[in-house]
Amino acid sequence: MSNLIKGNKHEWETVIGLEIHAQVKSNSKLFSNSSTAFGSRPNSQVSLVDAAMPGMLPVINKYCIEQAVKTGIGLNAKINNYSIFDRKNYFYADLPQGYQISQYKYPIVGEGKVSIDFKDGSSKDIRIVRLHLEQDAGKSLHDQNPTKTYVDLNRSGVALMEIVSEPDIRSADEAGLYISKIRSILMYLDTCDGNMQEGSLRADVNISVRKPGDDYGIRCEIKNLNSIKFIKQAINYEVRRQIEILETGGVIEQNTLLFNTSTGKTKPMRSKEEAHDYRYFPDPDLLPLEINQKDIDKMVNSIPELPDERKRKYVVVYNLSNYDASVLTADKSVSDYFDSVIKSDQSLKNSAKIVVNWITSELFSLLKENNIDIDNSPINPKYLGKLVKLIKENIISGKIAKDVLIEMFNSKQDPEIIIKNKGLKQVTDTSEIENIVDEVLKENKKMVEQYLSGKDKLLGFFVGQSMKKSKGKANPKILNEILKSKLSNKN
Amino acid sequence: MEFKSINQLKSLLEENKISVKEIAETYIRKINEKKDLNIFIYFDEDKINEQVKEIEKLPNNKKLKGIPIAVKDLFCTKKMPTTAGSKILENFHPTYESFVTQKLINEGSMFVGKTNLDEFAMGSATNTSYFGNTINPLSKKGVPLAPGGSSGGSAAAVAADLCLGSTGTDTGGSIRQPASFCGVVGIKPTYGLCSRWGIAAFASSLDQAGVFSKNVKDASILLEAIAGHDERDSTSSKVEIPNYSQNLNPDLNGKIIGIPKEYTLDGISDEINMVWENAINSLEKKGAKIKNISLAHTKYALPTYYIIAPAEASSNLARYDGVKYGFRSKDVNSLDEMYELTRSEGFGKEVKRRILIGTYVLSAGYYDAYYLKAQKVRKLIANDFIETFKECDFILTPTAPSAAFPLNEKQDDPIKMYLNDVFTVPASLAGIPGISIPYGKDKNGLPLGIQLLGKHFNEQEIINAAFALEKDYE
Repeated sequence: MSNLIKGNKHEWETVIGLEIHAQVKSNSKLFSNSSTAFGSRPNSQVSLVDAAMPGMLPVINKYCIEQAVKTGIGLNAKINNYSIFDRKNYFYADLPQGYQISQYKYPIVGEGKVSIDFKDGSSKDIRIVRLHLEQDAGKSLHDQNPTKTYVDLNRSGVALMEIVSEPDIRSADEAGLYISKIRSILMYLDTCDGNMQEGSLRADVNISVRKPGDDYGIRCEIKNLNSIKFIKQAINYEVRRQIEILETGGVIEQNTLLFNTSTGKTKPMRSKEEAHDYRYFPDPDLLPLEINQKDIDKMVNSIPELPDERKRKYVVVYNLSNYDASVLTADKSVSDYFDSVIKSDQSLKNSAKIVVNWITSELFSLLKENNIDIDNSPINPKYLGKLVKLIKENIISGKIAKDVLIEMFNSKQDPEIIIKNKGLKQVTDTSEIENIVDEVLKENKKMVEQYLSGKDKLLGFFVGQSMKKSKGKANPKILNEILKSKLSNKN
Repeated sequence: MEFKSINQLKSLLEENKISVKEIAETYIRKINEKKDLNIFIYFDEDKINEQVKEIEKLPNNKKLKGIPIAVKDLFCTKKMPTTAGSKILENFHPTYESFVTQKLINEGSMFVGKTNLDEFAMGSATNTSYFGNTINPLSKKGVPLAPGGSSGGSAAAVAADLCLGSTGTDTGGSIRQPASFCGVVGIKPTYGLCSRWGIAAFASSLDQAGVFSKNVKDASILLEAIAGHDERDSTSSKVEIPNYSQNLNPDLNGKIIGIPKEYTLDGISDEINMVWENAINSLEKKGAKIKNISLAHTKYALPTYYIIAPAEASSNLARYDGVKYGFRSKDVNSLDEMYELTRSEGFGKEVKRRILIGTYVLSAGYYDAYYLKAQKVRKLIANDFIETFKECDFILTPTAPSAAFPLNEKQDDPIKMYLNDVFTVPASLAGIPGISIPYGKDKNGLPLGIQLLGKHFNEQEIINAAFALEKDYE
């Protein structure tokens, strides 16, 4: 699959690296015991440390460290036994200390890799440079008062993991797949809630273009994107912008950009003169972070099954395609639901593809219509399993099953009970179907004549009429056979 | 009325010969009489009387019940404002009590006020304070002398008998040098012995709380009260705190005392070298063995210190930005202007100088040449001590290169001022404990201090040696 982009003069290759900022799932902040709950009253979750009162000192939250280590393991990365927290110095109203505690030269997690899957079944590794821990800043609220800016420090000090990729990504689509994959891994590990709308996961995108085979071009960084859609839009816009500049003889200015979601354009965030010198240095309030190998090994053993592992299992054990398996495993909740369905009945193992279809088409559309996520699905996975089994055993037709599913969704009932109560059981009794067919043929003598004189298409008409008479319960296969044989007998 | 020691006053209190209220009244009167020395930034009679009622309720076994203590105004205190000697915190009222002062409160001590200091503890003469100079109580008429710094107010408070003990902080000598200038005992324990929680930070990797007192035993009582682990300070040590005062032992038989040749400097007065000599002779007489040692990297200590301390300070003081608390400049038109005006009006000259130095040495392109190199040299200096302590039990040096100097001397020459720390800074960089005790006088009758340096967390050793030397002047 070629990712090259046609300009007016050349073909161009896009080179992208991502810095993903993922909020660590933890009840308290990275260096204080304040709550991290989202959406609380402004400044209600601020400790003396978070507000940088004189003489206040940071204390590492061990749980956040464990979460970062777990994430590192999930990214197939090297966990560093020794890492250092540094201060990144700059002034901003919502940065109470006047510095952010981050990790610079010695991050907690080193090189790793994740793989992304394409529709055609192929996949590609994206290398991870590092993962480091840092504190989030507060929030400046500019829209509360015409002349003043308010500061909310609830987010100040919340733990973030910054996951930095190598520039291995070659298109907006790959960037989308990569961030989905990272999100999926974090959610499987339960180290980040993955909620992009609330800002729990956001990304800075580094982009450059080059002619294939050339060295890397000069890159621009688009800051703070919080949806996959915007990331793709921003990349596509920025790539076009850079190509146009280069093809008209211009030079790319290395810059930090913001993406305007309403215009769909990027624009510089600050000029060169304002470029920061962050004066990183080891935070003297904190000792170097040392993690012994035993603790890391213990955590390796406690890592839950990750999407790639499940995917492999789905391909091997359930015979699903690589792509189907990757779609299914992308969201842990969906994958968990699928597992529950399959586990509800031994025989379903061989009907995995049908189960996938029922989940990803019918169930998803019902959930979407009602704005419910799969964790709260009113349809018990066990009942969905039963439904699939009923179809497989010809007890009901696929068409009726769709109605039954809606009823299951509304009443949370067992499909067998619904079928029984509504008398929806498929008619497989050949004599009963024969009677219906006889009636239909008798009532439509003209049509039968036409059919016999060569209008084969009318078979569909007879099927429809017979099905109608059976109230949709006739087994379509048997009905077809009987119709065909009766009609040929009339010949 | 003058009380000689903590235990003397405690006995009087226990025998009902004096009441907590009378102690308060006595010290209120003394402080009022010495107001011209500008020792206190904050002094409020009502605040002392409020404490009287609380202290009276306490049982007699509280180690410091009713003992008047002055607190350096760098320690955040709930009931008294905290300024760090700066305009930028002029009206700052902490809602929290520092670890050290809380421990003193727990033992029943009575805070008489908050003492003056160099702004954010940056200085050696208590002359960079926004609240004016403190005058050394030992000044002769007409020639006001500096009390040393930065904990000059706390040293002066003990020297002027305005309390029986006081807290200080020592980053490069800020307890030991003023102790020497004011003729009192000052101890800077090992880095990490007392929690820094609630002390406005100057240089985090060097800042260490300690105490001033009239004698070594009182210093040991106060130190055991304020030492101890605090989980809110990641650099706070978990070592068990010995009962220094009960373990006091003047026996120096067989002890080996290191005399570092690098502490013999050109331009140091004969009087200081004489005091040093006398102390060496005395220790020898008491049965100790003298060993000439070398601390090879001593000469790099001062420049190293004046890179590391300002670097950390430039970052530590970034929080004073006018946004959240403290002083904010008026009539500003933008966020940047608010920072610029707030910080240029709120900080004094010396603080700004150090912020600039610190910002410079951490800048891209200079970091490796200055900060990183300084950290390497710091390690060498610390190793010098660690190696030396394999051969000796403690080290004896002068505390300061001079006696107290006139107030307006060295005002305009920062380098000269920085040289005050030449004997104290190496121990700060190494994180080892040091104690200064008065040991003789110069020709003008001004006290000169002698410094004992010990192994990490071996405060007892230097306290004992100081206790033995102190007897020479009883």
